[in-house]
Amino acid sequence: MTEAAVSSAPKARTTARRPDSIRLLLNNSLATGGFIVLVAVALVALAAPFLPLADPDVTAPANRLMPPFSPDHFLGTDALGRDILSRIVWGTRVSLAVGLSATVIAAFFGSLIGLVAGYAAGRVDSVLMRGIDMIMAFPYILLALAIVAVLGPGLLNALYAIAVVNIPFFARNIRGITLGLSRREFVDAARLSGKSNVQILFIEVLPNVLPVIIITMSTTIGWMILETAGLSFLGLGAQPPQADLGSMLGEGRKILFTAPHVSVVPGLMILVLVMSINLFGDGVRDVLDPRLKSGVLTRPVARTTIDRKEAPSGLKPRGDAVLDVQDLRTEFHLGGTVYKAAGGVDLHLAQGECLGVVGESGSGKSVSAMSIMGLVPSPPGRIVGGAAFLGDEDLFSLSDERIRQLRGADVSHVFQDPLSTLHPLFTIGDQLTEAILAHRRITRSQARKIAEDLLKLVRIPNPAERLKVYPHELSGGMRQRICIAMALANDAKVMIADEPTTALDVTVQAQILSLMNTLRHERNAAILFITHDFGVVSAICDRVAVMYAGKVVETGTTEEILNSPAHPYTAKLIDCVPVLGEPERRLDAIEGRPPMVNNLPQGCAFADRCPKAQADCRAAPISVTEIAEGRSVRCLHPVKEGEHV
Amino acid sequence: MSEAALLTIDRAERVFGGGRTIFGMPKPAVHAVQDISLEVRKGETLGVVGESGCGKSTLARLIVGLDRPTGGSITLDGRDIAADAGNDPRALAKKVQYVFQDPVSSLNPRKTVRTILTAPLVHLIGLGKKDQERRLEELMEAVNLAPEFLDRYPHEISGGQAQRIGIARALAADPEVIVLDEPVSALDVSVQAQVLNILDGLKSRFGLTYVFISHDLSVVESVSDRVAVMYFGRIAEIGPAREVFANPRHPYTHLLLQSAPAPGRKSLVPEDANTELPDPYNPPPGCAFFARCPNATHKCKESHPPLEAKSGEATHLAACYHPHGGEEE
Amino acid sequence: MAGYILKRLIAAIPVLFGLTIIVFLIMAMIPGDTATAILGSYATPENVEKLNRDLGLDKSLPQQYFIWLGNLLQGDMGRSYSLNRPVLDEVVERFSATMILAGTSLVLCSIFGLLAGVVSAVRQFGWTDKIITFLVLIGISTPSFWLGLLLILAFAVKLQLFPASGMFAIYGGGDLPDLIHHLVLPALTLSVVATGVIARLTRTSMLEVLRQDYIRTARAKGLAERKVIAKHAFKAALVNVIPVIGIQAGFVMGGAVYIETVFQWPGIGSMLVTAISTRDLLLVQGGVLFVAAAYVLFNLAADVVQTMLDPRLR
Repeated sequence: MTEAAVSSAPKARTTARRPDSIRLLLNNSLATGGFIVLVAVALVALAAPFLPLADPDVTAPANRLMPPFSPDHFLGTDALGRDILSRIVWGTRVSLAVGLSATVIAAFFGSLIGLVAGYAAGRVDSVLMRGIDMIMAFPYILLALAIVAVLGPGLLNALYAIAVVNIPFFARNIRGITLGLSRREFVDAARLSGKSNVQILFIEVLPNVLPVIIITMSTTIGWMILETAGLSFLGLGAQPPQADLGSMLGEGRKILFTAPHVSVVPGLMILVLVMSINLFGDGVRDVLDPRLKSGVLTRPVARTTIDRKEAPSGLKPRGDAVLDVQDLRTEFHLGGTVYKAAGGVDLHLAQGECLGVVGESGSGKSVSAMSIMGLVPSPPGRIVGGAAFLGDEDLFSLSDERIRQLRGADVSHVFQDPLSTLHPLFTIGDQLTEAILAHRRITRSQARKIAEDLLKLVRIPNPAERLKVYPHELSGGMRQRICIAMALANDAKVMIADEPTTALDVTVQAQILSLMNTLRHERNAAILFITHDFGVVSAICDRVAVMYAGKVVETGTTEEILNSPAHPYTAKLIDCVPVLGEPERRLDAIEGRPPMVNNLPQGCAFADRCPKAQADCRAAPISVTEIAEGRSVRCLHPVKEGEHV
Repeated sequence: MSEAALLTIDRAERVFGGGRTIFGMPKPAVHAVQDISLEVRKGETLGVVGESGCGKSTLARLIVGLDRPTGGSITLDGRDIAADAGNDPRALAKKVQYVFQDPVSSLNPRKTVRTILTAPLVHLIGLGKKDQERRLEELMEAVNLAPEFLDRYPHEISGGQAQRIGIARALAADPEVIVLDEPVSALDVSVQAQVLNILDGLKSRFGLTYVFISHDLSVVESVSDRVAVMYFGRIAEIGPAREVFANPRHPYTHLLLQSAPAPGRKSLVPEDANTELPDPYNPPPGCAFFARCPNATHKCKESHPPLEAKSGEATHLAACYHPHGGEEE
Repeated sequence: MAGYILKRLIAAIPVLFGLTIIVFLIMAMIPGDTATAILGSYATPENVEKLNRDLGLDKSLPQQYFIWLGNLLQGDMGRSYSLNRPVLDEVVERFSATMILAGTSLVLCSIFGLLAGVVSAVRQFGWTDKIITFLVLIGISTPSFWLGLLLILAFAVKLQLFPASGMFAIYGGGDLPDLIHHLVLPALTLSVVATGVIARLTRTSMLEVLRQDYIRTARAKGLAERKVIAKHAFKAALVNVIPVIGIQAGFVMGGAVYIETVFQWPGIGSMLVTAISTRDLLLVQGGVLFVAAAYVLFNLAADVVQTMLDPRLR
């Protein structure tokens, strides 16, 4: 099946991909171990007829129940004097064959049902899935028993029974995936490219489902071997004289007390076989599942790892700032590659000020902001240099407990998507009071009163009622108001807002922006406002820092930046956005793409896209030049007033 | 309308849900799109703008035949699109194409760009091997991508490049109309401009007609000849882009324009009132904007205002009893 | 909530009917003459004919079903020929023994599985995680019937700590401590695989949940990490695990077939195995129907608990 999946891809792909997957698999030492054991077992089982083994079915009453390590009988003999080693080898052969066949049968029919149900949806889906549900309403093994009861005991019947009861498992899994894929836009696109339903299902959808089928197979085959062994153990599978591992175990059970080795050895063999398959299967899953491949399924710890090479002794907080970030360096370590997401970022924020951090995706604006309170997921993120001063305290040298005390109290956060940032299973009231109680020693009912006042503050009607609702019962705008209320719960000095209005509609965005603007003046809170939109910046920010490829390239007041950008990137970024009310304006696209932060050039990262780039731009890192009071630019050839780039 | 329309939508309606359960209880129904009538003339760009849930994407899917209207009709060159989508989807796909919002998810992750672009050439216009090669080169050149991209997989290219592949695919069979559903909203601003410029160039070069759907007012303004503003499944206002943006008649359009952030615009108009859309399962009998509207009167609550010319310009229509900036009625 | 439970109960009725249809069809599919199959090959022709008439086998299949269903609803599941007593009496007796065993195992595997999964996720890549992951892997790869034998060898034969078989001591037993004494080994054996499955799923689910935005929010609020994990993450993970615990109820009840055979526990599983080998098909039918119905109710309970935890499902 793996072969088919790979060979259906074009040649170029095969060579590029195959060693990669195998290397990944071999990197996983457990999977490799499982694979080696499995291959060894399979080889021995396949070679059984050629190995110098005793005939497994020849009885020798004189030699019955010999213990292991006897001469001529390495693993001893059973109650009829048959050689256990030989029977194990032949039994493994049978068990493997049965398990494999049952898996293939179940996978074929289950996947077919799943594919058709998931793709056809509607009535076909309901009919097929109701049938599957009906089968699943029976406890698995019970249904297998019932089938064997009808068909009569026997190895083949046991195989059918196990295959049948596993069909629903495949069908459900594959249907879920297919359903998801069929809603994807590429399926619509294929339809508009003139492909028929059958072509779409088997040419477009199936290749995307195949890895899931393989994963499901590799994780169920061990299970199927166990189950067929179980049926044989009960005497319902393999019938004498033929033996699989299960029936050997069943025979051994009768003489458990006198000759335990007769049942212990086949059981051990099943364990080794199934375990090697499971280890290997997990390895296959890890390689094929894209989520696991990129190492996403790691648990981010409570605070970003701080791993500063040298103590930043030279860095001291500048007097006037509530928050002063200096030379912040945050990296992501992913599979041997280092992404320098923030490569020496300086930001400072005066009391009550709103600083906009503007940049495109990958510019490091969010990472810089999230690094401040240690909220960058770690692994893979780590802070490797710089300092962030909140007042006099360097946040990167504080204890975890001190950081916890500051989070949500002195520094609070508002995130982008208000639905995913609120916990779906707790009421608004619970989540708000919790934020208050984390920092104040007051009673629950007092906290609830404060929560109600907070909702009033963010202009939510009926606050007492709203405390009882769950996030999904509110609209996006309402949810973002809740998040803002939560950020204001403990009179934060600094609010870090990461694209707080990007997920909202324009009319709602306008409201949230004016609400934030009013509240920051009322509360005299400073805001670090991350956005990609210069329009939003104009609406709320006093000053702006523009970021590109992990560095701040320009800072200044909002007016200065918008009216006379000094860095060519800023100038081009402003010019490439259509502006409301100026439909005739020619959009000046920036050709090319930002560099990857795992492979930054020696000099200016924008040089390759910059119309003003000279040789010196590429030669060495560019330092920041102060071009006016509070205005700086990281450029050797800044744009002059009135100049067009 | 002076010139003959290429695409005519007449009272189109799409209801989701509805019907009855097996016990005869009526199932809840939502009007995603309701009573939409408009025309698109050859060679123009019609912008469709509205916030989430206004039905603009449903409208787009109706136009390309990926979904069928439950009422009214949509005709292209006099032929019914819903009927064509059922009988001869390939003939329809030859004339109308679609560019998706999410460029990466619109490309099959397991196919090369070449395979993806060849599909319409084979299935829609039946080109032979040699012609395919030539056409592929033309397409790549048209969207300004180097031919080596043909052998890459979607995960090996950036979002902006993927969207250009999406455009190339739409172009492949030489269609008359292309429906662009939020084609640049998933892209970074610098890339957005590249794609918008390419779209602009292709339109004049191949004589295309665009239906351009977006939530971004400034983008719509910059590309459209005419604009339709949608609210809660209906057209609130439609007219020449310049007219609508300079002189909005529907209070909703006015609110949208006031709310849109723009560089240099210091304060956005706050609206403290309710921004909630009406309950789609229980729509109001009158104007859906009633609860948010500063000009609302009792009349607006009673019946739905018809889409009519409000400002002397016969081509500029608004569905409002008390239009913004005018003392009509 | 009461309304929801009622709705779910009503929705379970068609499923239960479906079960009776499948069970009936399985019996109807038995090749050869059913009466002979039931009575065994030594039955006299008169008896076969009488049984055929009694079972209504001269009627059409749907008619037969409704007669059978009518009897079933009146508590008449026929008579077991091998035991010579009403099927219902035997099944009810056996069923309670199975429920004691399976119920205990289900509680054990839920507690151990959830605990192991959470600890494993919180200590991801640490030694505790590695050890738990490895134990779990052994757990799900071990044939439970073999494990039962090993436990008997170790704890009943060698150490003589627990009895090797049965539900009560033959002499002087019958009280609760005696039952628990007999229950330890089979219940543990039966819970091993399910513990492994639940632990794995809990671990994955916790890891997934811990990456969610709302966990970041909880941390950004300044909550103690203990609270973030025990309250915010665990509740969200539990919502995903509950349905699987419901499914495990089925595996545990099915697995009881092996364990009851190994430990000679007088439950429905060991009854089924005997009934299948003696071809006492009415007994098989009764047993399967009872366990399947219990499974449907277990799943229903899991659904209800899940809905109680997750307001979005209401």
